[in-house]
Amino acid sequence: MKPSIVFKKGLWLALACLLALSGPAFAAGEEEAAWNGGLRQKFFGDRPIEEGNQIVELNAPYRAEDPALVPIQINSKIPQAKDRYIKTVTLVIDNNPVPFSGTFHFTPESGKADLAMRVRVNAYTHVRAIAETNDGKLHMNKAFVKASGGCSAPIGTDIEAAMARMGKMKFKLENEKAALQQPNLAQLLISHPNITGLQMDQLTRMIKPAHFVEEVKVSFNDKPVLTAQTDIAISADPNFRFYFVPETAGELKAEIRDNKGNRFVSTQSVTP
Amino acid sequence: MFSSVAKSSGARKAAEAHTIAPAGIEVAGLNLEAAHRFKRHAPKLRPAVTANRFAGRLPPAVEHHCAGSENAVASRPGSSRSTDRQPRRHKTAMKVPVTALILSFVTLSLPARADTPELSLRQVAPGIYVHQGAHELPDRHNRGEIANIGFIVGQRCVAAIDTGGSPEQGHALKRAIESTTTTPICYVINTHVHPDHIYGNIAFKQPGVSFIGHRKLAEAMAARAPFYREKAERDLGFALKSENFVAPDHPVRDTLVLDLGGRTLLLKAHKTAHTDSDLSIYDPQTKTLWLADLLFMGHLPVVDGSLNGWLSTIEQLKTLDARLAIPGHGPVSADWPKALEPEERYLRTLQSEIRAFIKEGKTMEEAMEKVGLSARDDWQLFDEFHKKNISTAFAELEWEDD
Repeated sequence: MKPSIVFKKGLWLALACLLALSGPAFAAGEEEAAWNGGLRQKFFGDRPIEEGNQIVELNAPYRAEDPALVPIQINSKIPQAKDRYIKTVTLVIDNNPVPFSGTFHFTPESGKADLAMRVRVNAYTHVRAIAETNDGKLHMNKAFVKASGGCSAPIGTDIEAAMARMGKMKFKLENEKAALQQPNLAQLLISHPNITGLQMDQLTRMIKPAHFVEEVKVSFNDKPVLTAQTDIAISADPNFRFYFVPETAGELKAEIRDNKGNRFVSTQSVTP
Repeated sequence: MFSSVAKSSGARKAAEAHTIAPAGIEVAGLNLEAAHRFKRHAPKLRPAVTANRFAGRLPPAVEHHCAGSENAVASRPGSSRSTDRQPRRHKTAMKVPVTALILSFVTLSLPARADTPELSLRQVAPGIYVHQGAHELPDRHNRGEIANIGFIVGQRCVAAIDTGGSPEQGHALKRAIESTTTTPICYVINTHVHPDHIYGNIAFKQPGVSFIGHRKLAEAMAARAPFYREKAERDLGFALKSENFVAPDHPVRDTLVLDLGGRTLLLKAHKTAHTDSDLSIYDPQTKTLWLADLLFMGHLPVVDGSLNGWLSTIEQLKTLDARLAIPGHGPVSADWPKALEPEERYLRTLQSEIRAFIKEGKTMEEAMEKVGLSARDDWQLFDEFHKKNISTAFAELEWEDD
């Protein structure tokens, strides 16, 4: 196994993680040091960002029970309409080794640009949802989460089982009978260990290379519903709740690709 | 070292058992899959059987302690040893009424050293000593020393069962053993990967001591080490190096028999339950079942493996013929299998309520708020662990095939 490129990334991640961990516990005023000190610039340059919850609202537990499995919800405050809609939502976890957690793309046909998922939180940090509306404006809502160690938490309780099941996917629809021409809530469950690349293999002293879902494409009757680029902050067995609008009966399809190039597809028929 | 013993000990069946003794001794493999079940009749494991198979000499460390007693099984122990300072001599107690022994608990008062805390111990069955931890969250004050740990004494060997939540506690256990008996420590058995059971391992690392654990324990330690190190630094106030994670020399694939000299222990590697590295120990001599964290008494059970696996393991454990059950947290119980009931009830509640939530399309967040609250008054540390149990179990159960 010579994952030279991956090893480098793993090493970089490990160093970043060590740097993040070695910092002193911060006082209230320093909570946004990472964001103001470079993250904001890196992701959004000098573009103005409106803070508040008028466009999106982020809900996250103040104190997470499990740092590797922190449930968050991003609720949109405007419906998706042809003239005004949320184009993307970017999720940033300031003090994670890789703060970029995911970018989620929506269309006017998405119904609602709502999302729920579970993430890993490595240190006390702000979690931010930055929405870009179709007019190019940025709106941000944030929440502070107290958790530690999510990025280096054990891979999973049963590594063997997780690897055996990797790539399997399930759709769950809120109602067995879909309501046509309205936003319907759906859930996509992806079985994947989403290895962060920060676990140490004691036997070989090498860092287990990162192996995580990088891209998720959900479509209905071949029209995009939700497309996402995701990173290691998404918990093992990525799980996304989202909306879609079935005009007619049809098929929901999920296509995913992980950073090793593995691709998996799953479909679910939708009937009224 | 042990791999060569294992290879030559024969028996390649699915339920194969390996028997090991201090390095250099080959002991016959016995099929103990059935034996470990122990329905009603425990097969009599006569020491003579193993004695016949001795080949080779004892390793130096053992020879030193057992001078003149190479046929240790046949001879009476202690005849050639230095006068002991310990209050009572361990001897095979088959003839002594077990109930009397169990009832007459002896709290050993060990010679106190100037600045080191002594480990409180109770002899819960002949030759079986347990230190009971307090139901607390690990923190700087208790240094993570919260679990039940202890040891079992044979004629030739002592096996330590878990080593505690800090290197200091490991040293305290080692001193406690040495104050109790001059029989050497040959084995350290780790029942699973959690910090409160393994951080004392380093205190036992020396020639002549073998570490034993589930076949998945080494990998579990490796996967958790970075996380645990960070946690120890932050929550317990001490630093751990990679040397502190002492993996097993001898992983148990399925079952293993340990010959302590006049006493054999049956070890079983379980499927994923409390964790993915659970190992239990059965002492047929006293019918003691050392379950560690497969059994919680008083302290809320912590799901860090598989809820379904744990419930199914409980079904198996119930059928074992045991007189005494030693949990990983809480008091030792002579009420078997009733001792399992509260834990089983809690886990079944989690299982049925979460399954219902999933079926109704409810979210993990909702489950964390509402599931299992009726159990709150039955357990200590409920608020600290219950919600995490729910999220862990929810993530497992949502993958059940409908």
